[in-house]
Amino acid sequence: MPVSDFEVVMGLEVHAQLLTQSKIFCGCSTAFGGEPNAHTCPVCLGLPGVLPSLNRKVVEFAVRAGLALGCEVKRKSVWARKNYFYPDLPKGYQISQYELPVCEGGGVPITVDGKDRVVRLIRIHMEEDAGKNVHGVSADGGSGVDLNRAGVPLCEIVSAPDLFSIDEAIEYLKSLRAILMYLGVNDGNLEEGSFRCDANVSVRRRGEEKLGQRCEIKNMNSFRFLRQAVEYEVRRQVEVIEAGGKVEQETRLFDPARGETRAMRSKEEAHDYRYFPEPDLPPLVIDDALIEEVRRTLPELPHDRAARYQRALGLSAHDAQLLTAERSVAEFFDAALAAYGAGPDGAKRLANWMNGDVARLANETGLAPAVWKLTPEKLAALQRLVDAGTVGGPGAKLALEAVFREGGEPAEVVKARGLAQVSDEGAVEAAADAVLARSAAEVERYRGGNKKLMGFFVGQVMKEMKGKGNPAVVNAVLKRKLGD
Amino acid sequence: MTGAGELLDLSLTELSTALGARRVSSREATEAALARVDATDARVGAFLAVAADRARARADAADERAARGARLGPLDGVPLAVKDLFLTRGVATTAGSRILEGFTPPYDAAVVERLEAAGAVIVGKLNMDEFAMGSSNENSAFKPCRNPWDLARTPGGSSGGSAAALAARQAFGTLGTDTGGSIREPAAFCGVVGLKPTYGRVSRYGVVAFASSLDQPGPLGRTVSDAAALLQVIAGRDERDMTSSSRPVDDYGAALEAGARGLTVGVPRAWLAEGVEEGVARRVKEALATYERLGAKLVDVELPHTKYGIAAYYLIAPAEASSNLARYDGVRFGLRRAGAGGLKGMYAATRDAGFGAEPKRRIMLGTYALSAGYYDAYYLRAQKVRTLLRRDFERAFERCDVIAGPVTPTVAFRLGEKVSDPLAMYLQDVFTVTCNLAALPGLSVPCGLHAEEKLPVGLQLIGRPFDEATLLRAARALEREQGPLPAPGALEARG
Repeated sequence: MPVSDFEVVMGLEVHAQLLTQSKIFCGCSTAFGGEPNAHTCPVCLGLPGVLPSLNRKVVEFAVRAGLALGCEVKRKSVWARKNYFYPDLPKGYQISQYELPVCEGGGVPITVDGKDRVVRLIRIHMEEDAGKNVHGVSADGGSGVDLNRAGVPLCEIVSAPDLFSIDEAIEYLKSLRAILMYLGVNDGNLEEGSFRCDANVSVRRRGEEKLGQRCEIKNMNSFRFLRQAVEYEVRRQVEVIEAGGKVEQETRLFDPARGETRAMRSKEEAHDYRYFPEPDLPPLVIDDALIEEVRRTLPELPHDRAARYQRALGLSAHDAQLLTAERSVAEFFDAALAAYGAGPDGAKRLANWMNGDVARLANETGLAPAVWKLTPEKLAALQRLVDAGTVGGPGAKLALEAVFREGGEPAEVVKARGLAQVSDEGAVEAAADAVLARSAAEVERYRGGNKKLMGFFVGQVMKEMKGKGNPAVVNAVLKRKLGD
Repeated sequence: MTGAGELLDLSLTELSTALGARRVSSREATEAALARVDATDARVGAFLAVAADRARARADAADERAARGARLGPLDGVPLAVKDLFLTRGVATTAGSRILEGFTPPYDAAVVERLEAAGAVIVGKLNMDEFAMGSSNENSAFKPCRNPWDLARTPGGSSGGSAAALAARQAFGTLGTDTGGSIREPAAFCGVVGLKPTYGRVSRYGVVAFASSLDQPGPLGRTVSDAAALLQVIAGRDERDMTSSSRPVDDYGAALEAGARGLTVGVPRAWLAEGVEEGVARRVKEALATYERLGAKLVDVELPHTKYGIAAYYLIAPAEASSNLARYDGVRFGLRRAGAGGLKGMYAATRDAGFGAEPKRRIMLGTYALSAGYYDAYYLRAQKVRTLLRRDFERAFERCDVIAGPVTPTVAFRLGEKVSDPLAMYLQDVFTVTCNLAALPGLSVPCGLHAEEKLPVGLQLIGRPFDEATLLRAARALEREQGPLPAPGALEARG
């Protein structure tokens, strides 16, 4: 029986770093990198006698995420200790939330194959990150521990087993990531690990109700790896079942070098984390005032924004989704549209710029909108030059690239680089005469009825004018000269 | 001021007055205390470390302030000592355990900061049961501590050094911690005053954790007034301890002399009915009679869930301890032993070598109690007992202002008497653990000497949450009526 007879069912656990300046239980910096153990103090080193002191900003960020995702924010939640031994875990326990998390329910909107639906969430809880072990650092090749990340605030967002294809899983992650970034609570950086994901994967024969045995897959730090890992895992599980075996519950690690998952620990080897309520922290009480304050300051979210772009601006679903994936890009677009004003088809034209050349240049340079030399006003001005016929399509593309890379006002760039479009009939006629003179055969065929050759003449004239001819004028002049 | 002996017999409060009047210098008091430690501690064993240089420097600074008329308050220049569970920056802190070998804290405990900010001179770190686990100080990894009333007896525990140092006139005040009776029991055994404040009244920041939901630092003094003066300085909200209370701190001196008249003293009769040695019960009953004579009203109260206290305590405390002691893993500080089998081997070898029998026992108990499948039956159930106990007390405090009873079933027992029987040792805490479980303040005040044993007996007073002021007032009324205990004789007889 082929893989296509099986359906994959997935639930994802996302660990998203909450973008506070300081750690969750002490005042140390959360900055990425730095000399090992530079961002540590007695509290995050887990020295004897220290106590956690809660950073309220972390709670605010978690509430922000919870409200944006439609969760129920719990008025009372409880911190818990998750106990296990590992060198990168300084206290021998992680402060997390267990039985009573800060948020329950909610969902993440996704669009797959043009269909919108909401992936249900089970819960969101807050916890502290661990440090990392660094191997081969001491003189004798021994290992060290870097606790810069220990105590960095995370929220864990747990979905229901509500994802039925890899595409859905990736759409879910992209949507969730965009939302968290919109909210300013996460930077969406997969490589640095500030947005990471574990997947619970199971398969079942199509039509079956009962969920199959799941395996938890860890260590996928890109969308590509997630796809590879899940594809591999689905094949593996189907093979096990096809061979008459049973999938065992276990935790598996993705190996990016081999594109495989392999068993890390079985159910029997699973840790008993001995959770119990953290006695050093009182239950977390969230009052209505905080919830209202956060609700009041929620931004428009990507899905809503995309819907608005389609409804109010007439953009396609594709364009709207591309524009809204990142808040800074959408805001750039909004500002450009405002600067452009009520021009003909402005939204569509600006969207084309944004999703075309601007997106390409942003990708190539890796720069964020905040530091672009291209501003919304300049983009609007460039489009105005196009509208006025001052610059043609090819010239405008060159001007945009120049402004993006080097700055300057579009009008001046067009002028300085000689990109302006030539609409002067005399100049066009001269070029047309030259072309027609050396194309006697084509002129003959055109006049004989082969009207398709108009394209050839236009191309030749444009070439003659080094691409700067105004297409409308070129067309008009040629038609006149060819006697149409 | 005449002899050093006389100086050392002063209470903290009296010394403070003398320092204020510049009849004595802090340096003199400090030198006297250091000399006394030198002369007696080989026999008492109250100190694990003496910080003589640091103490002298701080004493001189206090004298300089006094000379300028700029004393910081009643504790300025007063030689004190603290249990070795409190972190002291630059001074080794062991928690009574080998596993902290080589650990020198980079920061001070909140209470140490507060004491030093008030000008106090900390002369050293006091002996204790390892990680505050014990009732006799015999679980110290370094040496036993002995009771200055009878050197063959224990001073109690776990703050054994804190009580013994006071009784031995080695310091004018000390700090201990109390998780299930660790201040009150040694205070009773050594004939001094010991107060466990309401949970949250004093910051736990910088106190090596044993059982976080029960631990509370508190003062020991030779008089009630001394204990009040110490509490006044260490009490109050600390942002670094989120379980500390932001409730304003009372003026503990204000009502200290208000007497017993008008107080209603609740007596849980069951606490005197069984399990208490007769001579101890007699002194406790006399103290109750004294209160009545002084104009207090006695009422019987019921605390029906007391009998579950020990069971609940010995689930909750080890459970929390098993987690709190996980950080002693040889990775970042303290002892590290290489073991076979890489990381796990190192963990095992380090913890095996570093922890004594009692922490190991409690880590195992606690790990078991928190394990999947047992949590509900043990830890969760024990937490329910806490709720029931709290209700018992709430009901009792509807009818009385303080509750009075014994601190311990017996007077100080002999070294070695209970070491082979952990359960008997645990039962020593039967009257004290309830206070911790219910988060209430409890105090031990001497109520005379046992008629036959000639050893101190303590009266326990338990108060409403954050009503330390009433406990101190009630204790002071008894102290004033019965006069001070004689100084313990064991050290002088030989020295």
